[in-house]
Amino acid sequence: MPILLERKQLVTPGDLIAEGEYIAGENTFVENNKIYAARVGIIEIENKRVDVVALKAFYIPRAGDIVIGTITEVGFNGWTVDINSPYIALLRASDVLSRPFKPQKDDLPQVLDAGDLVVAKIVSYDRTHDPQLTVAEPGLGKITRGQIVKITPTKIPRVIGRKGSMISMIKQETGCNIILGLNGVVLITGKTLEDEELALRAILKIEQESHTSGLTDRITQMLREEKSKREENKK
Amino acid sequence: MNDKPEKLIDKKGLRLDGRKPDELRPVKLEVGVISNADGSAYVEHGKNKILAAVYGPREVHPKHLALQDRTVLKCRYHMAPFSVQERKSPAPSRREIELSKMIRESLEPAVFMEYYPRTMVNVFIEVLQADGGTRCASITAAALALADSGIPMRDLVVACAAGKIDNTVVLDLMDTEDKVGSADVPVALMPNLNAVTLLQMDGLLTREEFETAVNMALEGCRKIYAMQKEALKTKYVNVSEDIKEEAED
Repeated sequence: MPILLERKQLVTPGDLIAEGEYIAGENTFVENNKIYAARVGIIEIENKRVDVVALKAFYIPRAGDIVIGTITEVGFNGWTVDINSPYIALLRASDVLSRPFKPQKDDLPQVLDAGDLVVAKIVSYDRTHDPQLTVAEPGLGKITRGQIVKITPTKIPRVIGRKGSMISMIKQETGCNIILGLNGVVLITGKTLEDEELALRAILKIEQESHTSGLTDRITQMLREEKSKREENKK
Repeated sequence: MNDKPEKLIDKKGLRLDGRKPDELRPVKLEVGVISNADGSAYVEHGKNKILAAVYGPREVHPKHLALQDRTVLKCRYHMAPFSVQERKSPAPSRREIELSKMIRESLEPAVFMEYYPRTMVNVFIEVLQADGGTRCASITAAALALADSGIPMRDLVVACAAGKIDNTVVLDLMDTEDKVGSADVPVALMPNLNAVTLLQMDGLLTREEFETAVNMALEGCRKIYAMQKEALKTKYVNVSEDIKEEAED
């Protein structure tokens, strides 16, 4: 006897969404065979799976995620990194130096100091241990140039788009390289400041309108209009 | 304010502020009022004015307080020195410490504590103006702030009090009624799960009176819950409007 709230409806914690043969997905919970919402969000139903897309949430680490973090502290044999999450991440010195770390020889603050930004991958994380980072892979490491934007972590999938359609479009239109940290931090590096600015505005627009459909087309249109405006100004 | 009124209910059966026995004071709820907090809410319940802010989940300080299997919920109920007639010392009083614990315990059943071990959630409740029933209004505000911060919850929590004045059971006591009257029963409720998370009684009531008082308070809770939901949705009203427009297209 499945009673159902409509798809795309706004729910608050405790709202009854479905009853009976449905599968409880993200941000929901089951009690007495009934599915309730656990966060403020919008209902998504796909193949009997009920999800609530949270409008506000925080980043919970997962092994394999690429994140962008800020070094907060230099320790004895590594760094602590703020990854915009309830948990602080650890980065080992031997991992960054890619050789055994010798405290007598190596000066850690010279390699990475408090306030530096890094692109890193989460190697391990579980309920009992803080996340561990690595930078020993191509594309990872200290950030030297570009712009940083923070958006709600739950909206990162929207910036990526279906099979990466959104992000590849922005990259193509603006000529910028964009790294999406799954923790909601985005790094944009482009040839000129204006290119970066444009990509940044596109990403903020996506965050604001993430719940609407046909967004990719609208963003493409916006980027093209902005570009042609800029061309005219040059003339 | 010091002179006691002789009668709390007049001949017409109306209370000091003109309410009927089973009438709530006007309630105003607002969500997301503090930009630097992860979640926040503002409540006006009659003359009560209360701010609630939630920070977290975040690392636990000091570290030894961390729990390995669940998050630590910390509540601080505080009354501003100017919130009452006579200046209140800003230092936490015995009463405030007790209320902090009581509010924490009435919120805990609603929060999924086991989702984020080794973290802490801080709830700060600041009473800017008090007029009886601040504990209930504080719970209502704190639950809204928690939901606004994006912490997974089983249900919202709403609280409301009932009591006895002039031998009549009435809903939602204000300050004078609380002080002059003979009993006060605050109740906190998780409306969808239909679970009571707080039940206190101060004063004397017969069994029958107690039952009517609890039922009256629960009824009040449900009324406030409707407003609570509305307040949460209002913050995201643009979002739902956009979605509706799309559905029509």
